[in-house]
Amino acid sequence: MTAQELTYLFVGLTFALYIGIAIASRSSSTGEFYVAGGHVNPIANGAATAADWMSAASFLSMAGIIAFEGADGARYLMGWTGGYVLLALLFAPYLRKFGKYTVPDFVGDRYYSQTARMVAVVCVIFISFTYVAGQMRGVGIVFSRFLEVDINTGVIIGMAIVFFYSVLGGMKGITYTQVAQYCVLIFAYLAPAIYISIIMTGNPLPMLGLGSTVAGDSSIFLLDKLDGLTDELGMRIFTESNKSMIDMFFITAALMAGTAGLPHVIVRFFTVPRVRDARISAAYALVFIALLYTTAPAVAAFARINIIENIDSVSYSELPQWFKRWEEAGLLAWLDKNGDGDVQYRGGAAFSPSKPIYSNERGVNGERELVNEATSGPNELYIDRDIIVLAHPEIAKLPDWVVALVAAGGLAAALSTAAGLLLVISTAISHDLLKKTLMPKISERQELLYARFAAAVAVLVAGLFGINPPGFVAEVVAFAFGLAAATFFPVIFLGIFYKKMNKEAAISAMLTGLVFTSSYIVYFKFIDPSANRSVNWWFGISPEGIGTLGMIFSFFVAFFVSRFTSPPPLEIQDLVDDIRVPVNSFEKVNEA
Amino acid sequence: MKKEVMESYWRSNVRLVLVLLFVWFSVSFLAGIVFLDFLNQFRFFGYKLGFWFSTQGSIYTFVALIFFYAWCMNKIDEGHGVEEE
Repeated sequence: MTAQELTYLFVGLTFALYIGIAIASRSSSTGEFYVAGGHVNPIANGAATAADWMSAASFLSMAGIIAFEGADGARYLMGWTGGYVLLALLFAPYLRKFGKYTVPDFVGDRYYSQTARMVAVVCVIFISFTYVAGQMRGVGIVFSRFLEVDINTGVIIGMAIVFFYSVLGGMKGITYTQVAQYCVLIFAYLAPAIYISIIMTGNPLPMLGLGSTVAGDSSIFLLDKLDGLTDELGMRIFTESNKSMIDMFFITAALMAGTAGLPHVIVRFFTVPRVRDARISAAYALVFIALLYTTAPAVAAFARINIIENIDSVSYSELPQWFKRWEEAGLLAWLDKNGDGDVQYRGGAAFSPSKPIYSNERGVNGERELVNEATSGPNELYIDRDIIVLAHPEIAKLPDWVVALVAAGGLAAALSTAAGLLLVISTAISHDLLKKTLMPKISERQELLYARFAAAVAVLVAGLFGINPPGFVAEVVAFAFGLAAATFFPVIFLGIFYKKMNKEAAISAMLTGLVFTSSYIVYFKFIDPSANRSVNWWFGISPEGIGTLGMIFSFFVAFFVSRFTSPPPLEIQDLVDDIRVPVNSFEKVNEA
Repeated sequence: MKKEVMESYWRSNVRLVLVLLFVWFSVSFLAGIVFLDFLNQFRFFGYKLGFWFSTQGSIYTFVALIFFYAWCMNKIDEGHGVEEE
């Protein structure tokens, strides 16, 4: 079978599996639709959380970012895993004890205010849509690259699958499909990495291979070899940091607090039976996530070496087949500045603007001609970072079945995250907006109907975003984390750990975080993008890291306002006491 | 439940969380960012030490921290008679 036939086979089989699971685990009540009835085994919930969390960005883009940014890419590794420590220690057990369906539920009840609930609903919907648009696009891209269908057809197939199991199955259906999707995606990520690690270092574990010596020469460590290569070619040295320390610090903190505050992750901890299950479930989730995250830097380093060794100083006519395929896809470009017919891969951008703009002509060597202007540096090559995970198995000459797996894995990562987000959006609408605010009299059956309807509408809107991506999708991902960090993190944290925290403080804290963080990002990303340089940033903090500063302001405002307004009513203070202990605190009073 | 039991339970909980967050902060923000260049002078197998913390060590530590937290909290629950069935 060819690689493409194998890809069709794997993708077809995994999709059939997801649909089968969805039919077997349909939801019949709002409790099952929102939180899978609260009966999910903690290990299964850990795997589902991992699939929910690891998106197209983690699977397709992260290793690529590290491959080209080197040590600076660690902000994603630490940020997206360290957030689970905050989630497990500060949020998960208490929110499980609280025992409702959504994050706005907690905010609305704890702060005894419909206004607070509405602010939370708006933040949830905004954060989730931002995120889901990127996932649908990811589905489309994987389809078009591997199955050679149009991106839009890919998005529509993805929508149909997600529609089927989220509208039908709700949280219950999503949970068990996510467990299957986790298995598919981790196998698809690890299999090529293990293969390549054996070839390059002789060590089957990529996370250890990264720190081993290169195969065939036990005196050279792999990372030293890569540092040498990058230094020699005038690139940034792989293991050295280039970003300013303060920016790294703030970005990592924003990613961590944002992770802990993302509604689709938090809601997964509502699905386990007990408080102790919520604690251990977070640990399992991080084990499952860490498998991919500790492998990513190894994949990055292996790929970087392979690319340099396979391409640099090779004549265009002798380049391997994969180079030309990805050049056709628009992810590689070569500009023969010195006219010698060889590819010079060096540090610095090859041309400006930095993304290739192809003319329809061919150059003298048969390469796709560019209309970009050459820069003065020696580099002649443009490589899109998304190529690392997608093309690396081919670059390393792995067998076809491994190449085919990657497509199924990328789809699993994107679909599982999209489904989790869509469910959060539909719950926010049917439960928080309709049942708790606008139409409190509707029956459970009606609420369930509205939930399915809202999920269906959300899938359609997300699909439209995938087909016509607003130009700013990539820009606004930083938004999702920054906003989650600056809005939800402080109010949930203080809601549990600070009994005197009241509704005035919560509303003003959320609004402070929201307004400050979004103004900063909107200014640098949309109003004056040319000013988006470190000299203009406050304290040298980039828009990516500004959520941390927004969070600090939000905390200050919360303390200040709560000191000058009346404390929350007694029953709310009792509620806080109650969520702090695993058992029902009132029952125990009666026993004593 | 008695008020004193509840307060002592909460104090043990907060103390544990503070200690674990100190470790969390040290392996990521301190070892992986603030002291990255300093630690990179030292070798840890084939890694520079700072690079190892930021790309591998911090993640392993996070996993260990959550398991340890879950185990300790179960003990604290039992010690105060608030464990779940």
